[in-house]
Amino acid sequence: MSDLLALDFMRQALIAAVLVGLAAPLVGAFLVQRRMSLIGDGIGHVALAGVAVGILTGSMPVFTALIAAVAAAVGVELIRATGRTSGDIALAVMFYGGIALGVVLISKSTASSSNLTGYLFGAILTTSRTDIVVFAILAVVVVGVTWVLRHRFFAVANDEEYARAVGLPVMGYNIALSVLTAVTVVVSMRVVGLLLITALMIIPNATAQLVSRSFRSSLAWASLIGLASSVSGVIASFYAETPSGGTIVLLAIGTFLVVSIVSGLVTRARRAAHDRAERHEHEHGPVCGHQAIPHGGHVDYLHDGHRHAPHADHYDEHDAQAHPAPQDTQEVSR
Amino acid sequence: MRVNAPPLISLHSASFGYAERRVVDGVTLSQGPGEVIALLGPNGSGKTTLVKGLLGLSEHLGGEVALFGTPLEQFHDKPRIGYVPQRHSLSASVRATVREIVEIGRLPLRPWWRPANATDSAVVDEALDAVGLRDREREDVAALSGGQQRRVLIARALAAQPDVLVMDEPTAGVDIANQRILAQVLATLAARGTSMLIVTHELAALRDVVTRIVCMDGGHVDFDGSPADYQLGHRGHEPGGGHHHGSPGSVGRSDGLAAIVTDTLPSREAQS
Ligand SMILES: [Zn+2]
Ligand SMILES: [Zn+2]
Ligand SMILES: [Zn+2]
Ligand SMILES: [Zn+2]
Repeated sequence: MSDLLALDFMRQALIAAVLVGLAAPLVGAFLVQRRMSLIGDGIGHVALAGVAVGILTGSMPVFTALIAAVAAAVGVELIRATGRTSGDIALAVMFYGGIALGVVLISKSTASSSNLTGYLFGAILTTSRTDIVVFAILAVVVVGVTWVLRHRFFAVANDEEYARAVGLPVMGYNIALSVLTAVTVVVSMRVVGLLLITALMIIPNATAQLVSRSFRSSLAWASLIGLASSVSGVIASFYAETPSGGTIVLLAIGTFLVVSIVSGLVTRARRAAHDRAERHEHEHGPVCGHQAIPHGGHVDYLHDGHRHAPHADHYDEHDAQAHPAPQDTQEVSR
Repeated sequence: MRVNAPPLISLHSASFGYAERRVVDGVTLSQGPGEVIALLGPNGSGKTTLVKGLLGLSEHLGGEVALFGTPLEQFHDKPRIGYVPQRHSLSASVRATVREIVEIGRLPLRPWWRPANATDSAVVDEALDAVGLRDREREDVAALSGGQQRRVLIARALAAQPDVLVMDEPTAGVDIANQRILAQVLATLAARGTSMLIVTHELAALRDVVTRIVCMDGGHVDFDGSPADYQLGHRGHEPGGGHHHGSPGSVGRSDGLAAIVTDTLPSREAQS
């Protein structure tokens, strides 16, 4: 590891991996919530046209890609806001028009095909220092803005009609999220690649959904898993001499598969051990008359000699084994 | 409550609709503080469009509409109207706890850069208590029953400390046992002086809560009066029933309300 860090380009690559690994799943969480998981992919297609224009005109492909991607992101929201059924077709024209234009333009330039592959699938080890600095600044901005606005993005994605009724600027937040997606796509294009970045935005979130019980904790888990996949992917790609993007995404998918198998087993075991109170029409509450016993992070109610704990939409029989022994003295033996 | 306070909601020959199509036409109505109005009517009669018009979700096409004395177009203090939309299920695309959904209700009250503080969290506690879901605050909303999810949405609206609750079909699709619990929650709110406008077609569940009934048909109001008069004169829209209208008269608060309200809930913070 220390020999890795001694390499200048490797230090850069790892910094980029950390930032992309954090930013992509954080922004992706709200795309998953809005059921727009694949929108980043479409924006990535359009960004390729921007890359091509940059290469052809000899300007920095990062900036031309950023302009193209942000324009596409605003376009996506404007098209969605019209609410027309033809919206899907408009998006398809925009996305595939973007990638087609990109491929055609790059073929007219002197850039080699390996250069194109670098943008499509990631080539962190060949990225210039200036690019890394630009990416780093953008990634920090994306993470910061998303973090500050996370409650509002959550509210708007959760119930757009309610958000509008209480006066939240729904369109503004939707465009902001879309632009953050575009910036994330461009920031990640050298690490993961335009065709693979959506995987890093979505898959860590899919994994996080399996292990979290709240949106808050799922955000934390997704960022952690994204970060781990991204950093370990860059290191693995150095030793295995594989492209960084594909390696990162394979690691993220591997994590997802392992976690889903384990969580499936855990859920099954829990369900089997789970003792549900039979037919329970009565609703316990602070004033229902049954004694409440708060302990171990939940409340039990003493009900005809049983201890009932609220769970999902029903009540459970208190499980003396699953809960640590409470501090109180009313422990009922079962 | 100030004397001579303007009505919470006042409509004068108001029309609402979508894309120039009038769904609600020429409705005159006003709701005073403390009133609990049931807005009845068959499907397509315009009840939901009317309510959405007040929230800026359908278009205001004519007539005068004022909220708390301010004309609708100039009204920007939207969190004063607590909206409880009709939802059969809460989105399950990602995990969200009951508390996280209720916390959304606080957002419109603070600028985007300010994080939640102790007051926000205390008000959320209070809203969860009011609907009896504090002990399930960490559950995934998607795991709750339909009736419990409806109560989550009521708590979300209460978290904004609104001056009037506007509910769209709160009891639709909820089983009888849960309807009873919902009615109890609404009765408790009513006893605390919460004003409510409840769109519903199941008056039975809410009979003891409402103080006034407004009935719509074909985009017009065809009855406005006390529950007693409604019983007497308005055979409503039951099949085969004639359309006799009792004279809209004095408002008689139904008995039985006091009997239902036994909970001692924390008092709602006074709004000035
Ligand atoms: Zn009880
Ligand atoms: Zn019980
Ligand atoms: Zn259970
Ligand atoms: Zn317990």
